[in-house]
Parts: sequence; structure tokens; C-alpha cells
Amino acid sequence: MSSPVRLPVELLRVRELETLLSDLDADALRWVSGFVAGLSAERSRQAGSGVASAAPVAPPAGTDRIAVLYASQTGNSRRIAEKLGHALTAAGLNAAVMAAGDYALKQLADEKFLCVVASTHGDGEPPDDARALLDALSGRRAPKLGQLGYVVLGLGDSSYPKFCETGRVFDRRLEELGARRLLERLDCDVDFESKAHAWIQQSVEALVGASGATAVSRSAPVIAGQAAEAVAFVATRDAPLEVEVAVNQRITASASEKDVRHVELLVPEGRFPYQAGDALGVWLDNPADLIEATLVATGLDGAETVNVDGVNRSLRDWLTRHREITRVARALIERLAALSGDDGLAALLKPDASAHLRAQFNVWQVPDLLRRYSVQWTGERLVRALHPLSPRLYSIASAPEEVGDEIHLTVAVVDDVHDGLRHLGAVSSQMQAFEPGARFLAFVESNTRFRLPADPSNDVIMIGPGTGVAPFRGFLQSRSASGAAGRNWLFFGGRHLDSDFLYQTEWLSALKKHALTHLDVAFSRDTAEKVYVQHRLRERGAQIYQWLEAGAHVYVCGDAERMAPDVHAALLDIVATEGGRSPQDAEAYIASLASQRRYLRDVY
Amino acid sequence: MADLTPVEGIKAASRGLRGTIAESLGDAYTGSLRDDDQQLLRLHGSYQQDDRDVREERRQQKLEPLWRYMVRVRLPGGVATPAQWLALDDIAREKANGTLRLTTRQTFQFHGITKAGLKPSMQAMSAALMDTIATCGDVNRNVMASSNPIESAVHAEVAEWSRRLSEHLLPKTRAYYEIWLNGEKLEGSPEQEPVYGKTFLPRKFKAAIALPPSNDVDIYTQDLGFIAIEQDGRLVGFNLSVGGGLGTTHGDATTHPRLANVVGFLPPEKLLDVAEAVVTTQRDYGDRTNRKHARLKYTIEDRGLEWFVGEVEKRAGIQFESAREFTFETHGDVFGWRQALDGTWHRTLRIPAGRIGDTEGRPWLSGMRAIATVHTGDFRCTANQNVTIARVQAADKASIEALIRHYHLDAAEGSYIARHTLACVSMPTCPLGMAEAERYLPTLTVNFERLLAENGLDGEPLGLRITGCPNGCARPYVAEIGLVGKALGRYNLHLGGNGVGSRLNVLYRENIDETTIHSVISGLFAAWASERTPAERFGDFLWRTQRLPG
Repeated sequence: MSSPVRLPVELLRVRELETLLSDLDADALRWVSGFVAGLSAERSRQAGSGVASAAPVAPPAGTDRIAVLYASQTGNSRRIAEKLGHALTAAGLNAAVMAAGDYALKQLADEKFLCVVASTHGDGEPPDDARALLDALSGRRAPKLGQLGYVVLGLGDSSYPKFCETGRVFDRRLEELGARRLLERLDCDVDFESKAHAWIQQSVEALVGASGATAVSRSAPVIAGQAAEAVAFVATRDAPLEVEVAVNQRITASASEKDVRHVELLVPEGRFPYQAGDALGVWLDNPADLIEATLVATGLDGAETVNVDGVNRSLRDWLTRHREITRVARALIERLAALSGDDGLAALLKPDASAHLRAQFNVWQVPDLLRRYSVQWTGERLVRALHPLSPRLYSIASAPEEVGDEIHLTVAVVDDVHDGLRHLGAVSSQMQAFEPGARFLAFVESNTRFRLPADPSNDVIMIGPGTGVAPFRGFLQSRSASGAAGRNWLFFGGRHLDSDFLYQTEWLSALKKHALTHLDVAFSRDTAEKVYVQHRLRERGAQIYQWLEAGAHVYVCGDAERMAPDVHAALLDIVATEGGRSPQDAEAYIASLASQRRYLRDVY
Repeated sequence: MADLTPVEGIKAASRGLRGTIAESLGDAYTGSLRDDDQQLLRLHGSYQQDDRDVREERRQQKLEPLWRYMVRVRLPGGVATPAQWLALDDIAREKANGTLRLTTRQTFQFHGITKAGLKPSMQAMSAALMDTIATCGDVNRNVMASSNPIESAVHAEVAEWSRRLSEHLLPKTRAYYEIWLNGEKLEGSPEQEPVYGKTFLPRKFKAAIALPPSNDVDIYTQDLGFIAIEQDGRLVGFNLSVGGGLGTTHGDATTHPRLANVVGFLPPEKLLDVAEAVVTTQRDYGDRTNRKHARLKYTIEDRGLEWFVGEVEKRAGIQFESAREFTFETHGDVFGWRQALDGTWHRTLRIPAGRIGDTEGRPWLSGMRAIATVHTGDFRCTANQNVTIARVQAADKASIEALIRHYHLDAAEGSYIARHTLACVSMPTCPLGMAEAERYLPTLTVNFERLLAENGLDGEPLGLRITGCPNGCARPYVAEIGLVGKALGRYNLHLGGNGVGSRLNVLYRENIDETTIHSVISGLFAAWASERTPAERFGDFLWRTQRLPG
């Protein structure tokens, strides 16, 4: 019997919650409150949206694709794979033959049948084409492959100690991941022709048998809604959740002056909903070196308890995760100027010195200033002079349609020296050293103003030099995954083609597959005259204008100070020149693009 | 009938080797050329390569391979003027990796040129009256000629024939000028190629002229060879040799090295006709369905030598006389100062693996530049990766020698092995390399010196050659000891060549590592030391004592 008025939570559950929360400190409790708020919001949203999870429509029985992958150094594997493909097709099966390097790795988890023909060269070396797939099968994120049936043929030269090693590794890993071996692996020596021929016949028989069996099991009804049970709540700024580093890969060449990282994060299922164009907020403790340097420069004791606005924390705690010490704020300079009476500092604060002040912000970090202007600090004074710590936001470089429960970032490591002072990025300098398995708190910062066109048939022009290219990797992943009909044009810039072309192999591959229509690049230090993306835009002005007239959307991401205005000026010139417009009309044209949300910028 | 190889289609469709090379050069987002253009580029004298030391690292960095270009100069007979040397030196410093490399085909090649650096490099060569046409690819490559000018008065004549032969067999297409030297664009259909036709040759083709008693050009390894016959100080004609070739493929028993056959004698004025007849016969009958079976040696084996000679005689309008007598005494170089019959002086310098750079203790690039600045004669690249400072006047000899000493250009003139061992490039630039060669040469030299010394054989003549793959650039199959790379640190050991390049060695042990090579060789050296006849060479000893298979 229910009473007319009741608590929304049973008393017993409240007691349980109290027990769970009893030993949490104030910060932890604040986190939990944010967490619960997020949970509540997500529940309401779900209840309101009425989304029902529908079972996917199963393809007709027996038409499961058979992926036939070859990894070839000399072409022998390819030829065998093609023969197998023909034989399978002739047997009425749906075979897709491709180079292992062209295989979309994310399909692995859904693949039903896989045939691998792989050669080995040198002393157990896999062909280059096989490496990505082998990595995917060997890594910590290797999918469970219980659904998969497979056959493997290895090619090699028995005079090498590690004869047919690549084939062996494929066979072993597929088995370890739970896949069913449909036929014993065949290892072929240099005289492979007749053995390979027999193996092809046996493989066809095995696959005919296996796919028939699957057709029966596939006829069982799929029960709808089973997966919808999981509690869904999302990480937020106030209640971030842990993500795990899966990959931390430098993507500039060793010779580059810049260390840019491609970071792949595993995120808990459903807790980090995002779209291409969104950002990830990252919370990390300040770098330990800077905390120590701050304490040393002020002569304060980190263990001292400091009360600010009713919150008691040790000074070290304040400096570790509550105050900015990598970025200098105006408030600190004001405080220092007042306490030290230093004329130079006071002059910096005058309105006409603001550009100079901004420049200094790129040089100074908090301990640098504290060392330079020695004044009498107290813990409270210091904490009050510093800004609250903010999360660092990174444009997400992936699309969920492509990577699932992962978020990819492109992180430029800030760790350089200006005027003899080392300048460390609060997050990036630490991210550099993260090994796979490292965890930290993060949340999705939605960026609804930076979205792909609602109409997938619209063209997009993406202008993203340096790490500004990150969201466009996500854009292209999204457009490719959804089969968007619109054309895609990327402008990228960096210092050197050899060392600074972020995600070069991915763009080249997209270009080859026509997922990317045009790719224009500017490498500023490769030629006597420096060229930047805006120069390339002007060179392609006529075609840019055609695209604009045809409804293209233009996206700009990256440096706000110089790049974005230069690109803006180039676009105005293009519209004026190609469209025969006055400067005012060109301004109006671009303004109209912006108001139609066809000229979107994410610059910082 | 089997299908033609894909390369045949690319050549056929290339509009006189133009393809889309010009467009490829404009693709700013990559250091690579488009796939088909990479094939065509070879016939312009360049190979696209990458730095294999960083290939895997860059794959992980999502960067394309570090694409670079090897560019090979056309230099018939290996003769270069001091002005040309200086131009080549500039390119090496400004556009390439800071080194000049002397090849086993008597020319220079550059490594490490970027795509953007190709055109300026070709233009700089053109300004110094050089080009790179047809030094790679399915065409007649750089024509070799004995570089030893000491013993014979007809040397200059032989060098001139090599130049004429090279010119005669050059492609007629203007594509090279159009693409690299800003020549006028082709309008209409491409140039006729009377010698080659639209698809050039089925495979590479190598030609050389030997001047006995030196077989420095290894005439038996060439598709087409002319052995100069001298009588009373006059060049009376040439013996023709055909069908040599070394390239093989590991694990493919249908491929094998082959020595050329000496088939007859011809007067000098028939040289070009005969050369063209050999080339066109190979053009028409060579196997275009299998690149591993496409060299002239297989055409001759498949159809018979007699048929081939008949076909050449018919096409050249000649009946060969029987071959004249000749004797080869060595296929190595002779170092140190030597005076030629005309009174000028020649100094051959030992350049291990042909690599001229500036390194600690060996500032050779700078040294050769200094010499080129004052030298009034010319330079000769030898077939053994060395260089001769040729035609030095007696009065200049001392100053040249002073420069040689100042720049330590004689630093490598140590033991016989140090002076004579050949190594191909292989890692990290050659895409075909399976094992180290050039980079391993210093270690190899020291190791073999030690093995000889341990058996009391210091200083014994011993021909040693190493390549990183079975394609044979350092001609390992005619060496007394040939090491042919199979995988990093592993080689096939071939034994039994002689000292003049007229006998193939045989595969003795397959796929063995350094330790095994040393123990096998050490055992054989011990036997050689104790059982040899006086002055018997290692290769001869192995055959006489029946230590080799076959």
C-alpha cells in the first residue's frame, strides 16, 4: 500500500547513501552532488525523449560478408586472396577481398567470417599492410571475437627461422580472442601454388558449411531492449568521470620542434556522449614542480591550513587542484604591484600596455613572478590572488560513429623556454608522459556552434592549421561513417611537410578513397618565402567561391590571434574578387554566411 | 599467353614517359609521386625511396614514409670534368644528404633529395652538361668502359665509343627536358622511339666495353659487352658478349646469375649497329609477362644462343668473325700514382663503398672539391666504386698529392680487403635491401682481416663482395666470397669466383649469421693456408680441392 505523500527515496536507501558518503571530504561530496545532478538530468531526458531501442534488422540468412584480407609484400598473398575471393563468390557467398591495411578495424567486432592470407618477410617481419591489424588484435583493446569464424594461410620461406610467423601470429591471436578456427592454418613455402590451391578449395567448403550454420542461428528472434537496462548518466564539468589512456602517440616526427600527441581515451560506455566538433574538458592536478616552486618562492608551508570563503584546505591542496599556477592572471599582477610598489609592474597594468601584458602571460608562470618580485605572502593572500583552476579544453579529434566508446585528442605539448624561463602546460606537459592505462577526470564540453551541416549533401571547407585540424578529423570520420554525399575540402598548415603534417597518412588515405575531395597544405618553413593556409586559400579562390555559391559550409579552427583574421581577410578577398563585389558587399556576403551558420569558427 | 606485367601498361600509356609526373610534383601534401609515376621516374634516372630507419616510427606517428629520391647521373665511361665535379658537389651539399656516391656502374648517385629538390638538381646538372636520362628503369643504363688508362693507347678511343653507344641507345622522348628543364610542352602525339618502341625494354639492360687485360667492368655480368681488341697500339675491333646478368630472387629456382657468352668479333664501325640489333631483339623477344624472367639472359636461354646470334647478325647486317684472343688479368683497381703512355699521371683513390662525404677523420667531400678546384685533367669513376684523378701533368703531381694527404684521401688504402671489397648501398635508403651492406662494410673488413691474420694469410689477394639483396648491384656472384643479404644479420654465402670475374661462385651456405659465417670461413681459410699450391687463390683452391658443390 502506498501512502499519498512519500519521500522520493526510501529511508533505508537514504541511510545507505549516508554510510557510503560518510568518509568523503567536502570536495568529494561536491563531486557527488554534481554526479547526481547529471544523473538526474539524463534520466529526465531519457524519460522525455521516449527513445526505444529497436532491434537491428537482420540481413537475409546466409549473406554475411566474408572478409578476405591479404597482407602482401610481393603480391603473392594478394593473388591467393583474390583467388579465394573468386572461389567464394562462385560458391554463392558474399566475399570482400581487400588489403589488410585498407580494412576498417572497427568492423572486426561485428565480422562473422574472416580469411587472412599473410606473408612473412625477413626474419619474422610482417608486411607493412598487416601491422595495423596485428596491432588491433594484440592491443589492450582487442575486441572479443566469439562471433567470428576464420581461416589463415601463411606464406613464407622455410630457410628463415621464423617461417610463416605472421600467419602464426594471426592464427594464435584470433583463437585467443575467441574466434573459431574453421580450418587448420596452412603454412606455405616458396613453392606454394598447389598447396594454396587445395587450401582454397577446403576453405570454401568450410565457409559454406559455417555460413549455413550461422543462417540457422540468425533466424532466432533478437529480444529488443535488453541493452537498455544500463544506468545512463554523463560526466559533467562538476562531476567529471575517469577516462583511461589507451594510446599516447607522438605524431610529429622526432626531428620536429613540436611535440604533438595523438591521445586515444577509453571512456565508460554512455557517459561521454559527444558529437564531432565537441571538446573534452580535462581536469589534472597542477605539475608538482610548479607547486614546489610556488611554495619555495613564497617561503610558505604547504601543510598550512588556509581558509578562503569558508573552505578549509591545506595550502598544498589549494595549489594542487584549486588554483591556476601555470597561467598568470591580472589579479596576481595587481596584487604584486601593490605589495611590491614596482613601477614596471604598475606600468604593465595600464590600458595601453595590454598587448605587452598579454605577451608576458606567455612567458611567465606563477612561480616565475613570485621569485622575481619578492613580497611578504600569507597563504590566504596567495590563494586569493590566484584564479580558480579551470579544466583544459581540447577539441575532440574523433567521431563516435567511427570510434565508439573512445575519445581522441590532439594535444600540443607546451613545455618550452621563453626568456630563459621554462613554460609548462598545466595538462599537456603531463599528458606527454601518460602511459596506456593512466586515468584522469574528464567531461564532454559540448560545442553546438561547431557542427557539421544538418544536410549531409552540403559541402564543407575545413581550415585547420596545426592542432586546429583536430575537429576536422572528427568531422571527416563522421561524414564517412554516415556516407554524407557532400564534398570535403581540407586546408592544413604547419612548419615542415616531413615532420609536422598531423595525421598525414589518414588524410592521404581519405584522399585516395575520395572521402576527402581536396587537400591543400601550406608548410611555412619549407620554402624561402613563408606560406600559410590563407595563401593556399587565395590560390584556390575561384574554386572556393564556386563551393560557397553551391552552399558550402566553412569551418576555421586554431589560432585566434593571427591565423583566423588572416583567413577571414582571404575569404573577403575571394568573395570580392571572384564575385565581383565591393569590399562592403563582400563583408555582407561573409556576414550572411555566418548568420546562416555556414561560416563557423572555433578559435582560441 | 600470360598477361603483360602492370609496368608494361604504365609505359605504354605514358605518352613518352611523361605520365603525370608534372602533376605528381605539384602534390604538395606528399613527398611521394603517384604510383604509376614512380615507375616512369626510373627512366628519368631516379628512384623514389624512403629512410627505412624511421619507417616504422613514422607509421606510428601517422606520417608517410620519409620519401626521398635517389638520383643517378648518366656518365658514359665514368668520365667527369672538374667543373662537373664541382656542380655535383654543390648538389650533394645543397639538395642531397651531403654525400656523393660512386656506383658500380661508374657514375655518381645522390641520396636524400626531396621531391621539391628534384627539378633544381636536374637543372644544376644540365648547367654542367650532365643528365640522368635512362640511368634506371627498363632501358639501357649508364654505359661502362674500362677506366684504366695506363696500359693501352686505345683507351681514349674506347671511352669515346662508350659515349657514342650511350647516345645511340638514349630514348628519343623530350619528356626529360619538358618535365625537369622547363622545355616546351608536347603538343600532339609523343616522339617515335625507333630503338625502343612505346614500351622500351622488358627489364633493365646493361652495356659495357672492356679493355683487356683489365676486366674492371666485369664484362661477363653485362647484358651487352664489347671487348676491345688491340693490335699494334690500334683498336681493330671488338669481341661481342651477350647475356650476362646477376639478379636473382631468393627462393625462386628459375632465377639465377649468368655469365655472358663471347660470340664473335666485329669491326669498330659495326659497334652501334650490333648494339642496336641486340637491344631490339631483346625488345621484341624478351619476356614481358614476368619481370623475374625478363632479362636478356633468359631470352637467350629460352630461345638458344645460336638463334639469338643469328637474329642479331640479320638485324645488324653482319656475319661475326670468330672471337679474337684476349686475356684478362684482374677485375680490381690498381691504386697509387701511375704514369700513362702519354706521360700524364693518374692516381686512383680507394673510396670504400663509393661513399664520399665529410666524416670524422675523412673530410673527403671537401678534399675532392679542393682537388677539383685546381685539377686540369679529369676524373674517372671506376667500376669498383673508386675514383681516379686522371691526366695530371707531372708539374701538378706534388700539389695534388699534398691535397690527398691533407684531406686523408688515402686513409682507406690499407689491406687488400680494405682496398678491394665492394658493397652495395642497401639500408637505409634502398627499398630492396634485406640486410646491411654499405653500413656493415667497415666491420666486415676488420673481421675478414682478422680471419686472414689468424690463419697466417695477411695481405693475400681475396675478392670479397657484399650486397643487401639478391639483385647483384655489387656483382657478388663473381667474387671469390660473395655475401648476399637475406634478412637483417643473415646472408647467403657464395664461394668460388676467381680474381678476374670470369667464373660464377656457388651458393655454399644459406641464410647464416655473422658467427656462422666466421666459423665456416675460418675453417676454409685454415685449409687454404695449409693445402694451397704456391700463390693459389682462395676461389681456385676451393674448386681444386672439391670443397664446392657441383
